Amino acid sequence: MKILIPIKRVEDPECNIRITPEGTGILQEGLKFKVNPFDEIAVEEGLRLVAKHTGEVVVVSIGGKETHEQLRHALAMGASRAIWIHHTEPVDQMSIAQLLAKVVEEEKPALVLMGKQAIDDDQNQVGQYLAEYAQMPQATFASKQEALDSEAEKSKQPGIVLSADGAFVSITREVDGGLLQVECTLPAVVTVDLRLNQPRYASLPGIMKAKTKPIKELSCAALGIAPSNHLRIQKLVKPAPRKAGVIVPDVASLVDKLRNEAKVL
Amino acid sequence: MAVVLIFAETQNDGQLRKAALHALTAGKALAQALGGQLHAAVLAPHAEGAAEEVKGYGVAQVHAASAACFAHNLAEACAPALAQLAQSIGARFIGGAATAAGRDILPRMAARLQAAMASDIMSFEVEGGEVTWTRPMWAGSVLAKVALGTPTQVFSIRTTEFAPAEKTGEAGVVKVFVPNLPATLPSRIHAFIAVKSIRPELTEAKVVVSGGRGTRGDFGPLEALADSMGGAVGASRAACDAGWMPNDLQVGQTGKVVAPQLYIAAGISGAIQHLAGMKGSKTIVAINKDAEAPIFQVADYGLVADMHDVLPKLRQAIEALK
Repeated sequence: MKILIPIKRVEDPECNIRITPEGTGILQEGLKFKVNPFDEIAVEEGLRLVAKHTGEVVVVSIGGKETHEQLRHALAMGASRAIWIHHTEPVDQMSIAQLLAKVVEEEKPALVLMGKQAIDDDQNQVGQYLAEYAQMPQATFASKQEALDSEAEKSKQPGIVLSADGAFVSITREVDGGLLQVECTLPAVVTVDLRLNQPRYASLPGIMKAKTKPIKELSCAALGIAPSNHLRIQKLVKPAPRKAGVIVPDVASLVDKLRNEAKVL
Repeated sequence: MAVVLIFAETQNDGQLRKAALHALTAGKALAQALGGQLHAAVLAPHAEGAAEEVKGYGVAQVHAASAACFAHNLAEACAPALAQLAQSIGARFIGGAATAAGRDILPRMAARLQAAMASDIMSFEVEGGEVTWTRPMWAGSVLAKVALGTPTQVFSIRTTEFAPAEKTGEAGVVKVFVPNLPATLPSRIHAFIAVKSIRPELTEAKVVVSGGRGTRGDFGPLEALADSMGGAVGASRAACDAGWMPNDLQVGQTGKVVAPQLYIAAGISGAIQHLAGMKGSKTIVAINKDAEAPIFQVADYGLVADMHDVLPKLRQAIEALK
């Protein structure tokens, strides 16, 4: 099966995000970048599915030349090839989904796997927009019943189950109040949650091999899309910090504070 | 006149989900600021009951659409039906709570309406008919004020930032809406594995007691403490990843966002991911063996101790107050 996996270059979640003096962007100095952690889980799941059923994992990203770092990382994990949509201007979730829908039209994957959200915008939208534009079913927040330290996870089995005839996939979704098991006819868009799997590290041979794997360049114009930016950031602010608390010596003084100061008991 | 449409989500039992009441509050405030009208949509196998309830919350019109395929809020059925309704009533703003179903359905609906969307909004301002939305980015370490440039706009709300709607004296009109639905859908529901809990819902509880790696998998003392206060139990990502607690109870950026009167974090280090889900709590207590744990930086009261020693004593002390 062919699996298309959109990945995003994002700030390392360990980085301290600082706002520029004008308050319209973030300071680039000292930032490190990574593959969006949710997308990395999607790559891992794609590789497991392909290992079990044969096929290929194709990764795609939108951005400037620096995006190659993340594409190479996915190739080092084991993806077969990469597509780079060269675009450096800010772009909204609608346009990202429209660009991806064009790639889907060209590549005709059986499955699009991607993170449920990117850890920079935290919008949680692109997979759903894409499913609508590509007229595919969607299963968001893919997870599994087994815990990440279970035997099932250690055996590197995919959590997404392909039917014997390859016509549909079964997904366990994380929803409010429990887990919902759904079945989607392929082709489909599946967005992944944190507990689907534990992504592998790129091996040294994998990193060496990735250097020779192809990255195909595409432009928005070639895809017939004029990207928009309908989501305009007017100002970024730091949330008000909580006032400094106190360390209490024992349970008795904690209960006293909660009762008489915070008045919550 | 600007029409604001709120997706009033229902649960599997047909009841209105409490989160919908928070979304109605946001919708009402937005409609008022725009000089417009608040509408609500109920999509369920049997929508009438919940629609009758919604009409009492200051809504001008409630649109009730009943179809079997709306069970479990299936996006492939709900998104096109909502989009069709939004177009037929000329809604300019469509919103709902940022629940699992809201997050799943609303962007797909927005795509059909060629509308941009602001997710997880915490507040908004209206000036000259234009809306500026405030929403978290980078796990809540930054708040962004954003404007959407499409004629129709979609938003989801963070429920902790809007109080639940209260019944008003006058009731709105319930209208039956019959959407065009495809004969077959490309997705099917197999099963729902419910997390059963005798405790109040995490996002609605006045007291939340959460545990992390420091519990070493033993949530007994936490549950006993929560029960002594009628509270809910939560967990950090580490505790859920380890399979100690169901994922439904995870508090954090990618789990539930909670803002109770009292939040007790036991054996939780306080990764930014977790803090994003509980920073809005009124009073925060941190109990951790490690005095350097980041959780102490957001706690009103910190106790540097082993939670296994402290929690039973805390429960006894609280029970003694009764």
